[in-house]
Amino acid sequence: MTGFGWLQAVIFFAIVLAVTKPLGTYMARVFEGERTWLTPVLAPLEKVIYRLCGVRDAEEMSWYAYALSMLAFSLIGLAYLYVLLRTQKWLPFNPQHVDNMSPDLAWNTAVSFTTNTNWQFYSGETAMSYLSQMAGLAWHNFVSAAVGIAIAVAVVRGLVRTNVKTLGNFWVDLTRCSLYVLLPTSIVLGLFLVWQGVPQNLHAYQAVHSIEGFAQTITGGPMGSQEVIKELGTNGGGFVNANSASPNENPTPLTNFVEMLLIFSLGAGLTYMYGKMVKDTRQGWAIFSAMAILFVAGFAVAYWAEAAGNPIVHQIGAAGGNLEGKECRFGVAASAFFATVTTDTSCGAVNSMHDSFTALGGLVPLVNMQLGEIVFGGVGSGLYGMIVFVVLTVFIAGLMVGRTPEYLGKKVERREVQFAILAALVTPVLCLVPTAIAAVLPAGLATLGNNGPHGFSEILYGFTSTNANNGSAFAGLGPNLFYNLLTGVNMMFGRFAVAIPALALAGALAGKKAIPESSGTFTTHSAIFVALLIGVIVIVGALTFLPADSLGPIVEHLLMLRGKLF
Amino acid sequence: MLSQRRLERRPKARSLFDRAILTRALRDSLRKLDPRWQARNPVMFVVEVGAAATTIFFVRDLVAHSGSAGFDFAIAAWLWFTVLFANFAEAVAEGRGKAQADALRRTKSDTNARLVRENGAEERVASTSLRKGDRFVVEAREVIPADGDVLEGAATVDESAITGESAPVIRESGGDRSAVTGGTRVLSDRIVVRVTANPGESFLDRMIRLVEGAARQKTPNEIALSILLSGLTIIFLIAVATLSPFSLYAGAHQSVTVLIALLVCLIPTTIGGLLSAIGIAGMDRVMQRNVLAMSGRAVEAAGDVDTLLLDKTGTITLGNRQAVEIITSDGIAAQEAADIAYLSSLADETPEGRSVVALAQRLGVHDGQARDDAVFVPFSAYTRMSGLDLPDGTKIRKGAPDSILTWVRDAGGNPSDELAPTIERIARSGGTPLLLARNTLVVGVIYLKDILKPNMTERFNRLRAMGIRTVMITGDNPLTAATIAKEAGVDDFLAEATPETKMELIKREQSSGRLVAMTGDGTNDAPALAQSDVGVAMNSGTQAAKEAANMVDLDSDPTKLIEIVEIGKQLLMTRGALTTFSIANDVAKYFAILPAMFVIAYPAMNVLNVMRLTTPQSAILSAVIFNALIIVALIPLALRGVRYEPKGANRVLFENVMLYGVGGIVVPFIGIKAIDVILAALHLT
Repeated sequence: MTGFGWLQAVIFFAIVLAVTKPLGTYMARVFEGERTWLTPVLAPLEKVIYRLCGVRDAEEMSWYAYALSMLAFSLIGLAYLYVLLRTQKWLPFNPQHVDNMSPDLAWNTAVSFTTNTNWQFYSGETAMSYLSQMAGLAWHNFVSAAVGIAIAVAVVRGLVRTNVKTLGNFWVDLTRCSLYVLLPTSIVLGLFLVWQGVPQNLHAYQAVHSIEGFAQTITGGPMGSQEVIKELGTNGGGFVNANSASPNENPTPLTNFVEMLLIFSLGAGLTYMYGKMVKDTRQGWAIFSAMAILFVAGFAVAYWAEAAGNPIVHQIGAAGGNLEGKECRFGVAASAFFATVTTDTSCGAVNSMHDSFTALGGLVPLVNMQLGEIVFGGVGSGLYGMIVFVVLTVFIAGLMVGRTPEYLGKKVERREVQFAILAALVTPVLCLVPTAIAAVLPAGLATLGNNGPHGFSEILYGFTSTNANNGSAFAGLGPNLFYNLLTGVNMMFGRFAVAIPALALAGALAGKKAIPESSGTFTTHSAIFVALLIGVIVIVGALTFLPADSLGPIVEHLLMLRGKLF
Repeated sequence: MLSQRRLERRPKARSLFDRAILTRALRDSLRKLDPRWQARNPVMFVVEVGAAATTIFFVRDLVAHSGSAGFDFAIAAWLWFTVLFANFAEAVAEGRGKAQADALRRTKSDTNARLVRENGAEERVASTSLRKGDRFVVEAREVIPADGDVLEGAATVDESAITGESAPVIRESGGDRSAVTGGTRVLSDRIVVRVTANPGESFLDRMIRLVEGAARQKTPNEIALSILLSGLTIIFLIAVATLSPFSLYAGAHQSVTVLIALLVCLIPTTIGGLLSAIGIAGMDRVMQRNVLAMSGRAVEAAGDVDTLLLDKTGTITLGNRQAVEIITSDGIAAQEAADIAYLSSLADETPEGRSVVALAQRLGVHDGQARDDAVFVPFSAYTRMSGLDLPDGTKIRKGAPDSILTWVRDAGGNPSDELAPTIERIARSGGTPLLLARNTLVVGVIYLKDILKPNMTERFNRLRAMGIRTVMITGDNPLTAATIAKEAGVDDFLAEATPETKMELIKREQSSGRLVAMTGDGTNDAPALAQSDVGVAMNSGTQAAKEAANMVDLDSDPTKLIEIVEIGKQLLMTRGALTTFSIANDVAKYFAILPAMFVIAYPAMNVLNVMRLTTPQSAILSAVIFNALIIVALIPLALRGVRYEPKGANRVLFENVMLYGVGGIVVPFIGIKAIDVILAALHLT
C-alpha cells in the first residue's frame, strides 16, 4: 500500500461527500415536483412525453399499481431488446455485419440490461451492432437506472406519507428521473469523456498497420454516449469486452477517477435526497455513514490484499503487489479501488479482472454483493435495499427499548417485518441455491476456468453478481445454455423479488399515521443505531454466506499461505 | 339448600419456581413434544425435526456398527434436550396461571339461585339456568350465583375469592358500585340483582380462561417477531442445505448429523424457544399485580402508551378534599362562622362534609349538638349546594360560590363581592372555595384543600423519563386544575371535564398518532374506556365500565396503570434482548463448527478454530450443548423480564446493545470453550 493510493481514496471520498448534498437537494426537488433550474427547458418536453404516451401525470398510484406499471414497463422493454438482438443482422447501423444473437444468449442479455445488471456473456465488439448498442443497451442503461431510482423514491414516499394508499406515479417518476437527472448529466460528462479520448463514431472498425509491422483492428462506435450512463446508472455493461480496462472506454487516469465518481454519485446523492424528503437530513446522513464505513472497510481489505500480493510469486523473485489481470496504466490501488466501488454499487464495470485478484482481494467484491449492494448501491436499489435493513434493525432495536418499534414515526409491525424479511430472503436464496445446483451438475462445471476453491468462487461469484444485478464477473466462468438460462432467471428475480416487497413495504408504511417523537423513542441517526445497523447487515447479511465463502476465497487464501494455488 | 361452604380466598402469588409448578412443568414439557404442538413455533419445529432425523441416523449407524454412532447419539440427545428445555420454559411460565385457575375453579361450585319472577314470586333454580336479564335475590351468607347489577338494596360483599383482598366491600343499587360478581359472598343485608352474564361468560369464567392461558393468542408483536424468526430460519436453512452440495464439490463430504447440528446452532433457538414463555410470563406478571388483562395485546399496548389520562380525585390526590380554613366576611366573628359551618355539614356524610365538621370542632364549636329537628338538604348536581333547614326557619347552605350567591339573591339578600379576591386566591392555589351562607347573609368561605397522594411527583418524573405524557382529568375549574397539575408535576390537565370533553381529548390524542391509556369506574367512563387503547376499569366500578375496558384492576387502584405500562415495556424489551442475544451468538458458533467441518479436507482451515477446540466432534458437540444450555440459563430472565429503568430510549438502547449484543457475541466463545474443556477432561470425545 502506498500513500498515493490512500490519497486517491481520500480525495475520492471528499468529492463524493461534496456532491452528495447538491445532488440530493436537486433530486429531492425533481421528485417532489418542485421547480429546478432546468425546468424552463425540460418542462415543455416532459408535457409532450406525457401527452404522447397518454400518461395522466396528476394521477397517484397505490403500491401494487406502481409495481405493476414497473413490471409491465420492464417486461415490454425486455421483449423489445430480445427482438432487437435476434434481428440486428437485418437492421441498420451494423457496419461490422454482426450476426443475430442466439435465443438463449439474447434472453440472457435482454434480462441483463433490463434489470440494470449488465452481465455480459458476449463480447461487445463481435456480438453487438451499433443499433443494438445505442437503441437497445443504452436505452436500457437509462431506463433501468430510472426505474431503480423511481422505486427508491416511491419507497421513501411510503415513509414520508401518512394515512394514504398512494406512492406517486411511476410514469412521472421514470420520466422525470431520465429527463432531469440522467440525461443532462450524461450529455455533459459524455462530452467530457469524448474530449478525453473515448471514441464516438458510427463507422466500421479500422484496420491499421502499426510501426512494428503488425496488423491491428481498432474498434470504434458510439462509445462516449454509452460509457457515461454505464457508470452513472450503475449499469456496468462495457461497449467492448475489456470494459473500463480498455483504453477506448477508459483512456486516462482522469477518466478512471471520474468514472468511479459517477458510479457513487447518484447513490450517495440519494441518501441526502432521502433525508431531505423525510424532512430530517440526519436520517440521510446516518444511512450515508453506515454505507461509508462499509465502503472504507471493504476498500482497506481489498487494497491490502492486492498490495500484499502473492507470497508464492514473491518466492520466485517477483516482489510487490498482485498485478495479474490488471491494466498496468491503473496499477494495484486504482484497480482495488475500482473493484470495491463497482461492487459496492450494482455497477459491475471493471477496470481489472476480478478473477485474477488474490483470494481475499476477490472476497471483497463478493461480500459487497452478498450484502445486497447497499453500500451506496445500485441507483435506487441501494437505497431501498438499505431501507429494508433499516426496518429490520429498527424492529430489533425498538423491542430493546420496550416499545413497538417505530421508524420516522411509523410503527414497524407485522406487515412491515413480513415484507422486509421477504426482501432480505432474496439474496441468500438466489445466490446459494443456483450455486449449489451448478456445483454438482456437469453442465455447471463444464465451463469453469479453474478447479478447486477458485473454481467454486467463480460459480458463486457468477450467481452472486447476477442476483445482485451487479454484472461484473469472475471471468473464468464461461457461457453455455445452462448458465445463459439460469443466470437470466436469477437476474430477473434478483431485481423484482426485492423491488416488489420493498414497494409493498412502502405501501404498508404509507397507510400508517406518524407518531410524534418522545423520549420513549430512540433516535435513528445516532452512532449506536448506525453501529447496530452495520451489525445487523454483517451478521444477517454477510455471515449467512460464511459457509459458502469459506469453501471459496477463504480456504483459497489459507491454502495460498501454505503454498498451494489454483 | 344454599351453599354455605366457606369460600376459599384466592391464593396469593406462588414463587415462579414453586416445587409443584416445576414437577408439573416437567410432565408438561414431555407432553409438548407432540409435533402438532411444536408446529406452532417454526423455529422449534425445525429443531424437533432435526432431533428426529439425527435419532434415525443414530439407529442406522448403530445397526451398521458405524464408528459415528456415539457422536450421532450425543447430538440427537442434545437436540431433544433443546426442544425439552424450550417446552420446559413454556410450561413453567404457564404453571403459576394453571395453579391459580385450579383454585378459582374450586370456588365455582354450582349453587342454587333465588330467581325472582315477573310477578314477584321467588323460585329456587340452579345457578346455571340463570340468563341475562333474570332477577334474583341474595341475602347474607349466600353466594352470589351470577354476575349482575344491584337493582335494590345494599350489601357488604366478600370478594376475596376473586381479588384476594379480605376486607369486605359495599355493593349498592345505582351509582358506580352496583356490580356484583358471581362466586363472591354476601356478608350482610339483602340485595336484588339483575343478571348481566350468561353461564360460561361470567367474570369468573373469563378470569379462569385468562389465568390459565387457554384464551391466549399470539399478540401482534409476537407475530411480527415470529415472522422475523421464521425468515431467519429459512435463510439459515438455505445456507446449511446448500452447504451439502458445496462440500461435495470440495470433496469434504458432510454427514447429515453435522449439517443438522450446524443448522440448529444457527437458527435463533434461544429466542424461538423462549418466545412464548416470555409472553405468558408477562401476562402472569400483570396477574400477580391483581390486574386481569383481557388480552396479551392490551399488555403490549400498555408498553406503547404515549399519553396517560389520570383522574385527579383518587389517583393524584387523596379522594377527599379537606377543609383547612374558614375566612369570614366583614363583621362575622370567627366563632359564629365555625358554628354555621358546623351546622351546614352536620348531616353531610361526604368526606368533605366530615372534614368541615372536624375543622369547626377544632376551631371550637359552641353549639355542638346534633339537631334531630333540622331538615337536611342534600347536595345535588343541579343546586350544587347542601345544607340544613332549622325549625326556626333559619336556612344554612354551603356550596359552589356562584350557586350560593344566586341562592342568597333569590332569598332577597344583596351579597357584596368583598370575598371575591379570597375565592380567587383559593382557586388559584389549587383549593376549592365553598361559600357559606345563612339566609340572606354570606358568612364566609371554607377553604377545601386537595391533598396530593405521597410520591406522585416521583412517579410522574418516572413516566416522563419513559416518554409518557400525563394528563390530569378533573371537574375543577381551570385555575384550580392548573395549580394542582403544577404541584403534582403532571404535564397537562383537562379542567371542567365532562365525559364528552374527555372523549374528545382521547380522540384528539389518537388522531395525532398517540396511544392513550386511562382508568375509570363509572358507567359514563365506559365510552372513553372503550375508545382508549388501554382502558383499566376498577373492579369496584360498574359492569359497563368493566366490559368496556381491556383490563380490570381487582384492587381498584388507579395508580396501577403505571406498573402495567412498565410490565408492557419489559415484555417487549425481553423479546428484543433475547433476539439480539440469539442472533449475536451465531458468530461464535460459526467459528466453532465451520473449521470442524472442513478441517479434514482442508487442514489449513484449523486457523479459523480460534477457540482451539479439541477435536472436530467436540467442537460441534460443544456448540450444540451450549445452544441447549443457554435456553435453560435464560429461563429466569425470560420469566422475570429484563430490568427496566426509565432513562430515555437512547440510553436504554445503548446499554442493551452492549449487554445483549456485544455480550451475545462474547459469551458463547467462553461457553463453548468451557464445554469443550469439560468434554475433553471427561474423555467424552
